[in-house]
Amino acid sequence: MTQNENPIVLEARKIAKYFHDPATIKVLDGVDMQVRRGEFVSVTGKSGCGKSTLLYILSTMDTDYEGEVLIGGRSVKGMKEADLALIRNEKIGFVFQFHYLLNEFSVLKNVMLPALKLGRLPEKEIEAKAMEKLRILGMDGQALKKANQLSGGQKQRVAIARALINDPLIIMGDEPTGNLDKKNSDTVFGIFRSLASDFNQTLLVVTHDPEFAAGTDRIVEMEDGRILNS
Amino acid sequence: MLRRGLISGIAGAMLMARWRQSLVAAVGVMFSITMFVTLLGFMTGLNDLLDGLILNRSPHVRLYRDIRPSAEQPLSKDPQYRGSYALVESVKPNGNRMALYNGGAILQSLRQDPRVLGVAPKITAQVFYQTGAIELTGLINGVEPEAENRFFHFGDYVRSGKAEDLSRVPNSIILGKGVADKTMARVGDIIQVLTVAGDRVPLKVVGFFQSGLMDVDKVQSYTSIGTARKLLGKDNQYVTDLQVKLHDITVAPALAREYAKGFETDAEDIQTANSQFETGSSVRSIISYAVGITLLVVAGFGIYNILNMMIYEKMDSIAILKATGFSGRDVNRIFILIAVRIGVAGGAAGLLTGYLLSSVIDQIPFNTAALPTISTYPVNYNPKFYIIALSFALITTILAGWFPARKASKVDPVSIIRGK
Ligand SMILES: Nc1ncnc2c1ncn2[C@@H]1O[C@H](COP(=O)(O)OP(=O)(O)O)[C@@H](O)[C@H]1O
Ligand SMILES: [Mg+2]
Repeated sequence: MTQNENPIVLEARKIAKYFHDPATIKVLDGVDMQVRRGEFVSVTGKSGCGKSTLLYILSTMDTDYEGEVLIGGRSVKGMKEADLALIRNEKIGFVFQFHYLLNEFSVLKNVMLPALKLGRLPEKEIEAKAMEKLRILGMDGQALKKANQLSGGQKQRVAIARALINDPLIIMGDEPTGNLDKKNSDTVFGIFRSLASDFNQTLLVVTHDPEFAAGTDRIVEMEDGRILNS
Repeated sequence: MLRRGLISGIAGAMLMARWRQSLVAAVGVMFSITMFVTLLGFMTGLNDLLDGLILNRSPHVRLYRDIRPSAEQPLSKDPQYRGSYALVESVKPNGNRMALYNGGAILQSLRQDPRVLGVAPKITAQVFYQTGAIELTGLINGVEPEAENRFFHFGDYVRSGKAEDLSRVPNSIILGKGVADKTMARVGDIIQVLTVAGDRVPLKVVGFFQSGLMDVDKVQSYTSIGTARKLLGKDNQYVTDLQVKLHDITVAPALAREYAKGFETDAEDIQTANSQFETGSSVRSIISYAVGITLLVVAGFGIYNILNMMIYEKMDSIAILKATGFSGRDVNRIFILIAVRIGVAGGAAGLLTGYLLSSVIDQIPFNTAALPTISTYPVNYNPKFYIIALSFALITTILAGWFPARKASKVDPVSIIRGK
């Protein structure tokens, strides 16, 4: 496969993670993994095996771990909170199981926020770009609605548009279809699939839906804090 | 620039999402600022009034000669007893000189002193006012009405008549209101005044005097200094008091000591003479500040509460902001900004309503016989109070916002996102 020559976008080296509450348990035990540019990778495994924990470490939101995470070839170990925030802003797009839009703002503004924070483009251009992303997801007609006026499936599509706004290195998702019905799940999967195939977008998605996993380029299987295949 | 607008936009949106509670918090600030400004304005108005009652009319330094036995007795002047130790018992003051020695010369040199704003000479003398068969004891002040007016607001307290009439009308007198009531004298009447020496002098009543202090008005009256000298049969150097008004009131005690030594007289400064008024004023100010600040602290807790509530409600929003790249510092600034907006809005509204309430109080009639120059409640509009109030409002709101904002900035997005 030609993909193997693509640069590594995200790399985990010997990640170990402990929770101390109520008793000390090792949730991740020496996890190594690599994601190359343009890959659509899914992480599967039984509930409680540590998928989400791994994803939060890879996303730089959880900094309490052993081992090393490299994003775009750069280790994020020991970086300051503000610098990690900047990395999330610029390089990572996030899609959660529970859509997590800001209800105070319109759909359009929700999509624009990460770009406004990044501050690279003038507001007018950001707005046009946000509209473009919403159009890709078929949500441009809802742009001026308040976030809480949307259905679950619509919210998830807006969340994907928001994840795309800064053209991130990688999009991460934690069970992005976990809370959706079959029809909406299929739509969201279709969007991810086309982002990977048509836009060469790198994706790392945690899921316990075998059908979803089967449609991705590569499945990483976890059990009890370890990766089985690879 | 873009980012600042963004932070403030997010703060504004969160504020609007909870506008009812935010409004309540802002009204709390407004209320306390209103009370702070009004209370201080009113209290200071009262203080100024009461100060004016005594302090404006008092000389900063008063030179006079106290009644006391001479320190040097004739015995010690006798060369025969030089070096001996003399014991003289039952020494009494000889009392025939109440006047300042060299009054004219002292007046001259005081008027040349650059620290002195002005000097008003005065003669006080014990007299009796005669009405029918009764003689009322009294005190007559011989003054220069123009100087008295300029430096001690004498004219403000003269009713039905003018202070200047004393110098215009020969042998005239302005009676204390209490004296006038007792003797039933009216303007234009002639009143008989008896001196201690036993002379009877008719004086024409040209006005009444109402100081606001009943005890004063019941005994005192004013005449021109010339008339007073005639009354007492003294020459035109005779003066018993020199009332000095200074440019800077704070140097009065030091100057009083200097003058007492230099002119070999007694000298009393205003601070010593009226120490109880200073105390009263400052206690009133302290109480006003204490009440105002207490109200502000209470309002601060209001802001603290709304912010805590907001943060609790907006956990998801905070988590999403952090997940999408807003730093702890950004989140902190958003919530500080919310607090500051509540504080500024409430504070500005409070200044306005405080001013309005003050002007309402300023219109309430307040007529009292004791305070002839006052017709409504006194209010002071010193901008100082408004600046202090606004600064306190800002400080309290920033403090009230500080801890919730810190808490918000420390929110761990993972625990929120995972916890769903
Ligand atoms: N904050 C926490 N404190 C203690 N244990 C935790 C905490 N979060 C997760 N765990 C435990 O860590 C393990 C892995 O959790 P998670 O990564 O959420 O699993 P998955 O996403 O694969 O279902 C689970 O056993 C879970 O109970
Ligand atoms: Mg999970």
